[in-house]
Amino acid sequence: MGKTVEQRERVVVRFAGDSGDGMQLVGGRFTDATALLGNDLATLPDFPAEIRAPAGTIPGVSAFQIHFASRDILTPGDTPNVLVAMNPAALKANLATLERGATIIANEDAFTRRNLERAGYASNPLEDDALADFRVHRVPMTTLTTRAAEGLEGVGTRDAARAKNLFALGLLSWLYGRPTDGTERWIEAKFARRPAARDANLAAFRAGWSFGETTELLEVQYRVDPATDVAPGTYRQVNGTTATALGLIAASVRSGLPLLLASYPITPASELLHELSRHEGAGVRTVQAEDEIAAVGMALGAAYGGHLGVTATSGPGMDLKAETIGLAAMLELPLVVIDVQRAGPSTGMPTKTEQSDLLMALHGRHGESPLPVLAAATPGDCFETAFEAARLAIEHRTPVILLSDGFLSNSSEPWRIPDATALPAIDPAFATAPSNGTPFLPYARDARGVRPWAPPGTPGLQHRIGGLEKQDGSGAISYDPANHATMTRLRAQRIAAIARELPPLELDADDGAELLVLGWGSSYGAIRAAVRRVRDRGVPVARAHLRHLEPLPPNVGDVLRAFPRVLVPELNTGQLAYLLRARFLVDVRSHAKVSGQPLFAAELETAILEALA
Amino acid sequence: MTALGDALTKADFQSDQETRWCPGCGDYAILSAVQGFLPELGIPPERIVFMTGIGCAGRFAYYMDTYGMHGIHGRAPALATGLATTRADLSIWVVTGDGDALSIGGNHLIHALRRNVPVKILLFNNQIYGLTKGQASPTSERGKITKSTPFGSHDRPFDPLALALGAEATFVARTLDTDRQHLPEVLRAAAAHAGAAFVEIYQNCPVFNDGAFDVLRDRAQGAANRIPLVHGAPIRFGAGLERGVVREADGDLRIVDVADAGEDALLVHDAHREDPSLAFALARLAERPTGPTPIGVFRAVERPLHGAAATRDRERTVADTAALDALLHAGDTWTVA
Repeated sequence: MGKTVEQRERVVVRFAGDSGDGMQLVGGRFTDATALLGNDLATLPDFPAEIRAPAGTIPGVSAFQIHFASRDILTPGDTPNVLVAMNPAALKANLATLERGATIIANEDAFTRRNLERAGYASNPLEDDALADFRVHRVPMTTLTTRAAEGLEGVGTRDAARAKNLFALGLLSWLYGRPTDGTERWIEAKFARRPAARDANLAAFRAGWSFGETTELLEVQYRVDPATDVAPGTYRQVNGTTATALGLIAASVRSGLPLLLASYPITPASELLHELSRHEGAGVRTVQAEDEIAAVGMALGAAYGGHLGVTATSGPGMDLKAETIGLAAMLELPLVVIDVQRAGPSTGMPTKTEQSDLLMALHGRHGESPLPVLAAATPGDCFETAFEAARLAIEHRTPVILLSDGFLSNSSEPWRIPDATALPAIDPAFATAPSNGTPFLPYARDARGVRPWAPPGTPGLQHRIGGLEKQDGSGAISYDPANHATMTRLRAQRIAAIARELPPLELDADDGAELLVLGWGSSYGAIRAAVRRVRDRGVPVARAHLRHLEPLPPNVGDVLRAFPRVLVPELNTGQLAYLLRARFLVDVRSHAKVSGQPLFAAELETAILEALA
Repeated sequence: MTALGDALTKADFQSDQETRWCPGCGDYAILSAVQGFLPELGIPPERIVFMTGIGCAGRFAYYMDTYGMHGIHGRAPALATGLATTRADLSIWVVTGDGDALSIGGNHLIHALRRNVPVKILLFNNQIYGLTKGQASPTSERGKITKSTPFGSHDRPFDPLALALGAEATFVARTLDTDRQHLPEVLRAAAAHAGAAFVEIYQNCPVFNDGAFDVLRDRAQGAANRIPLVHGAPIRFGAGLERGVVREADGDLRIVDVADAGEDALLVHDAHREDPSLAFALARLAERPTGPTPIGVFRAVERPLHGAAATRDRERTVADTAALDALLHAGDTWTVA
């Protein structure tokens, strides 16, 4: 039977179910198929901190959102066009995000009295008029999945029912014309050692696809063509974690320094430890340390030995690492500290994103201990930013803090693979013994204010360094008042001097723009999308985005002063706005959001229009 | 700089820094012993690293003409683990104190020992906080009156060796700051040990806890109270070796007169026992160094080193650009013309 095929430029799909339902898995697979089809895309996993919250409850809902399009897109989408709800709790938790007319595909088998009660529904929303504003498709996914697996060798009813997420994947793959062969190969590989599970999942996936094709329930199939406005090149899909890992490995290769990542498990930064530990060998080594303090200590110990020392953590871990980061600032040794920010304070909301560690990264140590701070803008940008963080650390002998966040680390997008040979070489410029017999001065500085790096094993350069204040030049312990003032100034100057080698802040401004929207970090996509919407209304506006937060690019003051109004959107209570006001005496307005969710284009569009009113 | 082939001397390990411990501090004797014994190893000074924490012992690094890092309070074992993990070619020594190692840095100590990181850890135990001017430490005895415990310390002290053995350290030893023969012997054994070596050195603090180890350090009392542990030899002590250690039927250790118990009844010390229980019992033979106290190597066993796989790859060569390129292209890719 022939089905209508309708063209769509962009679609937002949200898979939602219980945290045991495998929503992240099918979301990830749908994303891979979408990437290979050539759509532009952005994803947003949204899962609870509990591994298995009570089944069927709202806190246990896990969701995966993907935005894909035939044109360049910038965010995972504000509101889903299609919600796949595997149970009542998933429906209830996500209903508020839907706009009128959105499509809901519900697994009606899960809408039992018990599940309805757990989700807090007095009556079945599929049967009353609660969903009157939406297009609702009731699909008995569990029943159909179980039936599809009937007669398969070794597959029990429970195993079969567990494959219902693959039924949903099959159905959505049909609905949006995603290729199936890649997914079938993926299922075969994933369950290669468990033939029964493999067969059940394959059957469920095919049943979902066939259901879409044959049932009259879904009358329209959608087509989203490959994106055409993307730059030529070879692409792959990456999330921020993978891109960060690759950026660090690239920095190791281009500097010739072996990489040590020492980390302590913490959500969401653990993913980087998992990712890099898969690349052990070839100059990469990882250690799961006994605690956060040990992790940064080991990274610094490796740096002292002439290696690229890296540690990764999230908010609470940053608090614990502060003392060692201060030591690295005093020792003037390379150290990369990655903070995958999450909602705080304290344990806060471990799986929810936030940008609230900016001021801590800049100032969260005792004494005057300046260091460079960078923030990645998109999942793919984590590669370049991690590479740049390592470059600055190595070439300037300084701890560097790289700010990522939960959204970047989990979210994925197509990434144009860079040419490995075109990546800049990083020069560790290790010290060698002076040939003329002059004494080695570990704190003598070059024109950039950078001291020599002489790892143990270098003949003739034995020296001692430590956390105590040191004499300018010789590095000997010094309590001299004037020397401390000098050293404090030199430590500040050498970090500030990095600004000279930074590219100027790039400005994307319309003629006659009255407002500059200045952002940093992962809100990049939402800011660009919001600015595009404002421009589509014919309103001129300017936009810029900071990668380097310390030191700032040299032209930031000029850019700020070039516009009558400045709006800084960020996922905190206005930390960058505060900083810019203090540094530049510019009346920066803050658009602050602290809900644990990323910034949405629509809300920022409103904020921009209000700021212009 | 020392040319290879030249015999090293003590002077090669003395830095130009003026030592600034209090007059009479036990640290001077330890520093002298370390500088005096290191030439024996034949390791050029540039391949030796001393890493220290905070406290009087922390200054040790500045006085050695090797590579050195004076770190932060309690963290030297973590810093050293990072260095040892990446640089198998170095001889790495951690110098720490009872507060540094057992209080603020306790976690790093037990995990460095658990992992069997190839570092030598010298714990200068003076049973007091010296650099912060006299507070109770985790090895101070119960009832000790200090500035922070004016009515006497309430807390039971740690026995550093029992703690290290509890962490199943592969090398555990104890010696005395002023014993010019025994201290280098123990250092030598620690240096020869492939894995993590833990050495407790009883160290006198003449300002805040003077005389804490007199029963062992004092010439007359020392002979009566030091119980030297020698691998393969019966454990006996005293000026005329008239006393010894036996193991009771219930497994407890007891000090006896050899004349009463008979020589055959004496416990023969076996530092290579896999099971640390007997070494633990020896550590607990003297709860405090106020009477007969064992010194020497309690335990020396072999176990795989931390990062052993990486250690085999001494060069630690990084991937080349072609390998990086392959890594960047791993997985599904697609090309946009």
